[in-house]
Amino acid sequence: MISIKPMRIAIASGKGGTGKTLVATSLFYALQRERIEATLVDCDAEEPNVMSFFQGQLEKSAEVMQRVPVIDENKCTYCGKCHEYCNYKAIFILTPMKVIKVMEDLCHGCGACTVACEYGAIVEKDVSLGQVNQYAVSGNSKIIESRMNVGVYSPVRVIKAAINESNDRRVVIMDSPPGTSCPFIQTVARADFVILVTEPTPFGLSDLKQSVETLKTMGKSCGVIINRAGLGNDAIYGYLHDQGIPLLLEIPFDREIASTYSKGKIVAAEKRHLQTLLLSVFNIIVKKYGNSHHQR
Amino acid sequence: MEIAIISGKGGTGKSSISAAFATLSGQPVVLADCDVDAANLHILFAPTHEEDQVYIAGQTAVIDYSICTHCGICMDYCQFDAIHSMDGKITISETSCDGCHLCARVCPHGAITMVDNDKSRMYSGAFRNGRMVYGRLAPGEENSGKLVNMVRDKAKAIAKDYNLENIIIDGPPGIGCAVISSITGTNHVVVVTEPTLSGLHDLKRALEIVEKFSLKAWVIINKYDLNDDMSRQIEQHCHDRGIPLAGKLPFNPSVVEAMVNLKSIIEWQPQSEFSRQIGAIWNTITQSK
Ligand code: SF4
Ligand code: SF4
Ligand code: SF4
Ligand code: SF4
Repeated sequence: MISIKPMRIAIASGKGGTGKTLVATSLFYALQRERIEATLVDCDAEEPNVMSFFQGQLEKSAEVMQRVPVIDENKCTYCGKCHEYCNYKAIFILTPMKVIKVMEDLCHGCGACTVACEYGAIVEKDVSLGQVNQYAVSGNSKIIESRMNVGVYSPVRVIKAAINESNDRRVVIMDSPPGTSCPFIQTVARADFVILVTEPTPFGLSDLKQSVETLKTMGKSCGVIINRAGLGNDAIYGYLHDQGIPLLLEIPFDREIASTYSKGKIVAAEKRHLQTLLLSVFNIIVKKYGNSHHQR
Repeated sequence: MEIAIISGKGGTGKSSISAAFATLSGQPVVLADCDVDAANLHILFAPTHEEDQVYIAGQTAVIDYSICTHCGICMDYCQFDAIHSMDGKITISETSCDGCHLCARVCPHGAITMVDNDKSRMYSGAFRNGRMVYGRLAPGEENSGKLVNMVRDKAKAIAKDYNLENIIIDGPPGIGCAVISSITGTNHVVVVTEPTLSGLHDLKRALEIVEKFSLKAWVIINKYDLNDDMSRQIEQHCHDRGIPLAGKLPFNPSVVEAMVNLKSIIEWQPQSEFSRQIGAIWNTITQSK
């Protein structure tokens, strides 16, 4: 067993479909082959699909719950204070008609209405937002999957619950949700280093810029992997150079890679040289950015 | 008529197909880019900036330290783990605060104020085949569903003002509130998928939502020839589910070429077989009863 300093690496991309999951699954696979104990967290709770690439034993599955209010209409005086306290417009009230309704889809479970009610008319119940599933895969490694229920207002709670299950004493790879909004921030906030996967196209560059700006304001180190290199143009290279962002790896466009991935196979398992390349990227990252906040 | 294009996951070529639909000849449209988290179509179409509007994406709690006594009461109420105490000092984490306002209401000293998150914008203007509206959510903001609603309302108003019949909505990836906001009440929802195992998986989740809202769904299999076997499985799935296949498109490197040249594939290669197929798909969808 090789001992490697614990480290958290998030793999992200401005937009989905740039090859983020391809990189995350391949890197995880490469670590497994090297007998480096690792945990892969699928933080894309809206569309988790990491598990479709691996075989594993479901070890633990937990519901992620949120509290929503239930109004006891026998005690309610229709005073409207809960409605006034709710910053998400989740309580509908028509005082003259004596109608009050909680719109559960809008409720964020903040508890403000319960604090507001002076008549003890509000109790809370738990509703499920999604699940965190933990799988044991070969070589002592683990996959933790966040899976949001369809139609929930935000995946953030489910993502946080999944990340909280990952062990700080190991290498943790986080397959981040797409975009730069809240779910992305909550994932990369926990990372020591962020790998941004992008394509050399105008869309790819525009999304990359937005991700880089966001990471900068958060003070996070990042590097870039260009996927489908060769399809597109060169503008991205100039940008990376100007910004001083390390280009970690280029994965050329290759129909075979696309077809391997499409069958739900791990690209690095078929393309052995990608394993080697990703491991050297990993080693560079560990050496340069390893456990910055774990050393206390 | 409102036609929403979604994909379950990004990267299936959804935006390129939206761009193609938006530039079919002889029919100016309103193009609404509702992928507010990663709006891209304005890069291709460089619309004029005629209007921008601030979008308030919720609020964040801020402590006035000249008043705060660090009593910690607010911390006990926060359900989002956003308030922490470190060495006796109470701080609110901007990234974790959900903006619920509760801490500000319970603080006995009135030390907390709520500040609007006002960095997100909605823009509208003209592009070469009609009008365009797009939203841009500032990094770290939540609540994109509401910005999507704002974009769609604007698109509808514009369609009326300019007497344009069709609104094309480029939806966000995922299955969250922003997707729901992008599709509710539309006439057609086109789900673009690709023939991969995860594509099929995401397609199923996307169709679940479309069915939940009883909307008219269509499926396009993009790059179908990258995996014929998987394409057949997807076709079978659609068939079993009673969802019509609007068409299949082959993998075509010219789509990227077009993008690099800031054109839709229809503009780049109007006479190609590929462009003809996209036109045919459009007709299948819009002429259905
Ligand atoms: S818990 Fe919060 S969000 Fe939910 S209804 Fe009550 S006040 Fe509104
Ligand atoms: S605050 Fe309590 S009593 Fe007043 S309307 Fe709400 S539930 Fe009813
Ligand atoms: S409740 Fe008010 S005074 Fe007390 S710690 Fe919070 S902000 Fe400060
Ligand atoms: S506004 Fe709500 S979420 Fe934000 S710090 Fe206050 S209690 Fe917590």
